[in-house]
Amino acid sequence: MTTTIKLTVNGKAVVLKADDPSMPLLYALRDQLGLRGMHFGCGLAQCGACTVHYYGEALRSCVMPVSAVADAEIVTLEGLGTAEKPHPVQQAFIDEQAAQCGYCINGMIMQAAAFLATTKRPTEDQVRQALAGNLCKCGTHVRILRAVMRAAEKMA
Amino acid sequence: MTALTTHTLLSRRALLAQGGALVVTFALTSRPIHAQTARPADKTVAIDEVAGFIAIDATGKVTIYSGKVELGTGATTAIAQIAAEELSVALDRVAMIQGDTQLTPNQGPTYASLSIQDGGMQIRRAAATAREALLQRAADKLKVAKDTLTVQDGVVTSRAGGDKISYVQLVGEQQLAMKIDPAATLKDPKDYTIVGTSVPRRDIPAKIFGTFNFVQDHKLPGMLHARVVHPAGVRSTLQSFDDTACRKIKGYVRAVRKGNLLAVVATNEWAAITASKAIVASWSDWAGLPVESQLYEYVRSSKVDRNEVLQTAGDTAAGFKQGKRTLQATYDFAMQTHGSIGPSCAVADFKDGRLTVWTPSQASHLLQVQLATMLSLKPESVRCIFVEGAGCYGRNGADDCTSEAAVIAREIGKPVRLQWMRQDEHGWDPKGPPVVLDYRASIDDQGQITAWESDMFMPEQPFKRSGVTLLAAVLAGLPKMPFPGSATPHSGLGIPYALPNNKLTVHWLLDTPLPSAWIRAPGNTQNTFGNETFLDEIAAATGVDPFEIRVRHLKDSRGLEVLERLRALAKWEPRGSRPRDAGAIARGRGVTYSKYESVRTYVAVVADVTVDRTTGRVKVDRVFVAHDCGQIINPDGLHNQIEGNVVQTVSRSVVEKVTFSRSAVTSLNWGSYPILTFPNVPEVVIDLIDRPNEVPWGVGEPTTSLIPSAIANAVYDATGAWVRSVPFRPAQVLAALKLSKPG
Ligand code: FES
Ligand code: FES
Repeated sequence: MTTTIKLTVNGKAVVLKADDPSMPLLYALRDQLGLRGMHFGCGLAQCGACTVHYYGEALRSCVMPVSAVADAEIVTLEGLGTAEKPHPVQQAFIDEQAAQCGYCINGMIMQAAAFLATTKRPTEDQVRQALAGNLCKCGTHVRILRAVMRAAEKMA
Repeated sequence: MTALTTHTLLSRRALLAQGGALVVTFALTSRPIHAQTARPADKTVAIDEVAGFIAIDATGKVTIYSGKVELGTGATTAIAQIAAEELSVALDRVAMIQGDTQLTPNQGPTYASLSIQDGGMQIRRAAATAREALLQRAADKLKVAKDTLTVQDGVVTSRAGGDKISYVQLVGEQQLAMKIDPAATLKDPKDYTIVGTSVPRRDIPAKIFGTFNFVQDHKLPGMLHARVVHPAGVRSTLQSFDDTACRKIKGYVRAVRKGNLLAVVATNEWAAITASKAIVASWSDWAGLPVESQLYEYVRSSKVDRNEVLQTAGDTAAGFKQGKRTLQATYDFAMQTHGSIGPSCAVADFKDGRLTVWTPSQASHLLQVQLATMLSLKPESVRCIFVEGAGCYGRNGADDCTSEAAVIAREIGKPVRLQWMRQDEHGWDPKGPPVVLDYRASIDDQGQITAWESDMFMPEQPFKRSGVTLLAAVLAGLPKMPFPGSATPHSGLGIPYALPNNKLTVHWLLDTPLPSAWIRAPGNTQNTFGNETFLDEIAAATGVDPFEIRVRHLKDSRGLEVLERLRALAKWEPRGSRPRDAGAIARGRGVTYSKYESVRTYVAVVADVTVDRTTGRVKVDRVFVAHDCGQIINPDGLHNQIEGNVVQTVSRSVVEKVTFSRSAVTSLNWGSYPILTFPNVPEVVIDLIDRPNEVPWGVGEPTTSLIPSAIANAVYDATGAWVRSVPFRPAQVLAALKLSKPG
């Protein structure tokens, strides 16, 4: 039986469909809404590539059943900011050129943006801890740290 | 020669400040990949034709057709810079098309740090040929001497005044149909305005705003989704399967079986994933892998195809007689996975006997022939179109996943997207092979090295055979493209020092436990680990400072300059000037040096580490890099590459290791195959030496090769213990600590 789930994604009311209520949110967002900020990396909540904001908090969409997000407010990388109106974290990632392949970067930005929303003027160690569960195989970490520290300054 | 002793962020920031609009332009013009499918019918892909690489349209847009592709290294931005510079057009006029067998010349795979050194220089010569030819056309039209002409952003003017004429007018109908002149006059580097500057990378904004088209995002109308079910053991055969349970899944289409290749197809991605879990497959038992704890014994006793002396000087036998003491050591290097953060993905469409694949492969042109062989098609009937995937650091699972997608697409006759799950990537990407190295040296009474011998045990593939067999061909029992034995021995391994008696023998192994494909700095990472650690063992045994022993044996002025720049950057103090930390926490630093493949990029590295004597944990705190790759195209891009080399290889040096049972890989996710995370990422301090008048050399790999030895040498400095097996995990460090304190 197909269930329908109503929620808000990037400020718009949307209806998602699920033949299997345990389908992770990631697939609904990608396949039904055509969003592509978040990506499949592991499906195991280990890497962060699939991160979205759930009521402003970082959430790994690869393990969140779509049925559990009814009525929720979800924001994806596309909704965080745009080229015309970038979020300070996105702007900082551009200023620091903080990407190599960029596949992990959605997770880095979404995790950092959620963290900086509640932690003003963090130390670099706090940022490292906040991103400890986000993996990058290209080794872009030093730039990502610089970018988050730069954004933190702007957002303070 | 320009010295860039600190980050060139200032200039880049200045550029960003004035170029905000430029950044936006890139984001807006990041064209959908479908644009690539429109092909001018007569577009040549000849590698000796200017038109193979360059087209100028009626609006003045310059399109560069590059066989080298973007793997997250910034290479396409750098190549665009090279082309814009040599053509004298504004950078934002230049669009890049990459790795499309129907549109781009075959410049060879994107590997071996050759994108700029080879690929970029081919394009530089094509652009120079074009510029000179267009200037000649301008001179004829304006009736002035060619040498009075100058170009600015594609508009030609005579210094004598008078009319202007644009490239668009000059190109006209004839386009750029001409042979590349290998001797075309190149622009004088002193006139460069684009090359040598930290232009922001063109792909980054779209990646930051979620508008980038990764291959994982690529869609075709009517496209189905597939998942593969890989064998339970590496060479298990499929005895039977039952997809009854799958048929209850809404959206499930069918199973595809071809030999041992088993896949499920569905109308949506989640249905394909659930079907891949619901299908019941029965595999034969297979247990042909070595015992993991005896991996290096297995490597050492593997069948040798041939032994080859790759470097030799003097007479080592005589040297051993001259010396008074012999030192020896053995080093091992673990089997590792490429571990791309996004599992491999490809889209394939088989229609009317023709196959098109959208693939993140680093080798579109090689893959085209491999796929054609596998499916018994003519190469012309296969088109490979590169679309960026997650970073790959060598040949990861991309080509294998593409080959499986191709077989599935042919079976179902519909376009299909196949993405590997995490366990497919960790389990089935070809692995960086395990390597064993033996060293012996002789030292005389004065502490001079009278003989140095090393033996390296490593697989001949892919040095001898230039590629990796496609997984789908193996699993499905389809024709495999043979890789002809390469006649040229692999050069470039060996030591960069002038020792009187020296011999490196490589024992090329016929087989490796798992299919292998080298990861970043093939063989060099392993070889440099052994060389540079053993050199420090000699330095320690003879009481010589590690910097001094290198300087003493180096007869290369550029190499010496790199070492001296590093000495200043790291504020190196002679070994022994500080007593060893006595407590649980011991700090130390190690230095290493290499001239990459003995012929190009010079790099020297100092690593600062902290060793916890109680837990055996090694933490790399800081890494200093002095780097000379000749002409620098994009300083910030180069910084990005060096930082990536460092951090990724610190991870490989202290953490990464594939584990396996007798049947299959068991490190199938990030829990069982951990990598370095933010709390343990070192600070990276870089000193770039720019030599604008030299050729640009590769930068994607050289720094990688130095990291393991820099860490091992620092661990010794901190504790007096030698760690000789990568990765330096706590158990090994604790054992080494015990050994270093006899009694
Ligand atoms: S894909 Fe969700 S955490 Fe890795
Ligand atoms: S930039 Fe490639 S994985 Fe992080």
